[in-house]
Amino acid sequence: MPELTLAVLTLDGRRVTVAPGTTVLAALQNAGLSPLRSSLSGEPRGALCGMGSCYECRAVVDGLLMRTCLTPARDGQNVRRLLEVAREF
Amino acid sequence: MNSEVWDAVVVGAGPAGLMAARTAAEGGLRVLLLDAQPGAGGQIWRGAAAGQKGTAGDLLRDVAAHPGITVLSGAEVMAAETRERAHTLTVTTAAGLRQIHAERVILATGANERFLPFDGWTLPGVVGAGGLQAMSKGGLNVRGKRVVVAGSGPLLLAVAAGLRQKGARVLAVAEQAGLTGVAAFGMAAARLPGKSREASALAAGLLGVPYWADCAVVRASGQNQLQSVTLRRGRREIRLDCDYLAVGFGLVPETRVAALLGCALDNTGAVRVNVWQATSIQGVYAAGEVCGIGGVDGALLEGFVAGCAASGQIERLRDAPRRADLQRRFQRVLERSFALRPERLHTPLPATIVCRCEDVRHGELRGFAGWTAAKLQTRCGMGVCQGRVCGPACETLYGWRFEGARAPLVPLPLAQLLDEPTTLSPP
Ligand SMILES: Cc1cc2nc3c(=O)[nH]c(=O)nc-3n(C[C@H](O)[C@H](O)[C@H](O)COP(=O)(O)OP(=O)(O)OC[C@H]3O[C@@H](n4cnc5c(N)ncnc54)[C@H](O)[C@@H]3O)c2cc1C
Ligand code: FES
Repeated sequence: MPELTLAVLTLDGRRVTVAPGTTVLAALQNAGLSPLRSSLSGEPRGALCGMGSCYECRAVVDGLLMRTCLTPARDGQNVRRLLEVAREF
Repeated sequence: MNSEVWDAVVVGAGPAGLMAARTAAEGGLRVLLLDAQPGAGGQIWRGAAAGQKGTAGDLLRDVAAHPGITVLSGAEVMAAETRERAHTLTVTTAAGLRQIHAERVILATGANERFLPFDGWTLPGVVGAGGLQAMSKGGLNVRGKRVVVAGSGPLLLAVAAGLRQKGARVLAVAEQAGLTGVAAFGMAAARLPGKSREASALAAGLLGVPYWADCAVVRASGQNQLQSVTLRRGRREIRLDCDYLAVGFGLVPETRVAALLGCALDNTGAVRVNVWQATSIQGVYAAGEVCGIGGVDGALLEGFVAGCAASGQIERLRDAPRRADLQRRFQRVLERSFALRPERLHTPLPATIVCRCEDVRHGELRGFAGWTAAKLQTRCGMGVCQGRVCGPACETLYGWRFEGARAPLVPLPLAQLLDEPTTLSPP
């Protein structure tokens, strides 16, 4: 019997519901959010490799900087893009 | 730091690692199988479930159920060393660092995609071909999205078929190799057992999708997000409006852990192994794409041989050299058929970014003779990805050989480093 529990997470303050097996990266992208901006030029960057080697999908997940392509989405998780975190400073 | 001893450690839970772990455990070894990904399966089987029909399901189930195997997901090897005959791997996990000692290590670390820079490749929407496949297996919704698949190699076809199955509109597959190369590869694949059925299934999945050989990406365009792709086909330029450009130029063996253990590499940059999949370091075996790019069947075969050799089950290997020979011949045709042709690829513009982490451009790099000078003066390869993306690109563009594997292989949370001040002391 497949698992049917959906996870509800918060992406930059928006509540998003995702299917089991979804990565945080896919949740961000499905919500139309690209994870990163270049720290040097500020240009938006998209995740490139999908497998943990480019680091262009980093975001702050429950307070820790994570590669979102390697992070499964879980119920109650709080995801913030670096851009949003930086705005507070 | 948590410190533990195992009979054998397998790094990488793709087809090669799963097969190696199962085989070694059948030989009586207590095996730790670890992988950086959140689940087992590697690149091709990510998201597959134990119990589903076919080799992936069988292997995942057997490995999960075998009492001699412990699976550790979300665990990345960040340092490795060999002293006398014992090997030590330092692994970072969500729960902190673990130090793992074993007399036998089987490396099944697979490969990374080769990305080559072109104008606009940093726009969101430009992704690796295997990368987009991985993202869609991770829940990215591609239904109705317009995708152009470009670059080189048979992975493009698998990706195009996979995305189409998930409802994407694949506008074209653009392959830089010429038609003769592609045809030679098709013929070699048909001679391998099981491949012709796989090829027909692929072809059926791609019915109606244009496949353009001799075709290269010129640029990706858009405001803050990819909007269109320009391809060059013969003398003609073609512009396609799309949501994703999935682009990759073949695969590059992931040899960093092997390099830290001191394993010799061959002249293609893969780990050098003998017929028993033994590396140049005693007790260290390697299997799958870390030893050369050859697809899932080769990875399974090599995983089996490595598992048998590491656990002393030599009698099970009677047929292995013949099958390995077939596989190696196929690998050579693959390399020849999809060899990158610099004259066909678009040369980056001086302003095109090559190192994405540090925003270093082609114009700043092309004058350097090698990595060290370029790194020192531009920071190319010194960013957070540590050359995983720009390393293979610079190898292709400038002929530099990347030899930069140093611990820690991955950035670590400061808390882990502060807890373990001796982990990074120089050897
Ligand atoms: C992004 C990508 C997508 C692909 N998609 C497909 C596809 O859809 N269809 C297809 O036919 N082929 C695909 N391929 C090719 C496919 O990977 C190979 O044919 C086959 O899976 C190789 O098996 P392997 O066991 O050698 O390596 P892999 O399956 O690549 O497994 C290697 C594993 O090692 C792990 N690893 C590497 N370094 C470390 C470390 N330091 N610490 C811990 N773990 C580590 C990785 O996380 C990975 O899971 C893809 C390749 C890539 C790179
Ligand atoms: S997408 Fe490359 S590291 Fe996550």
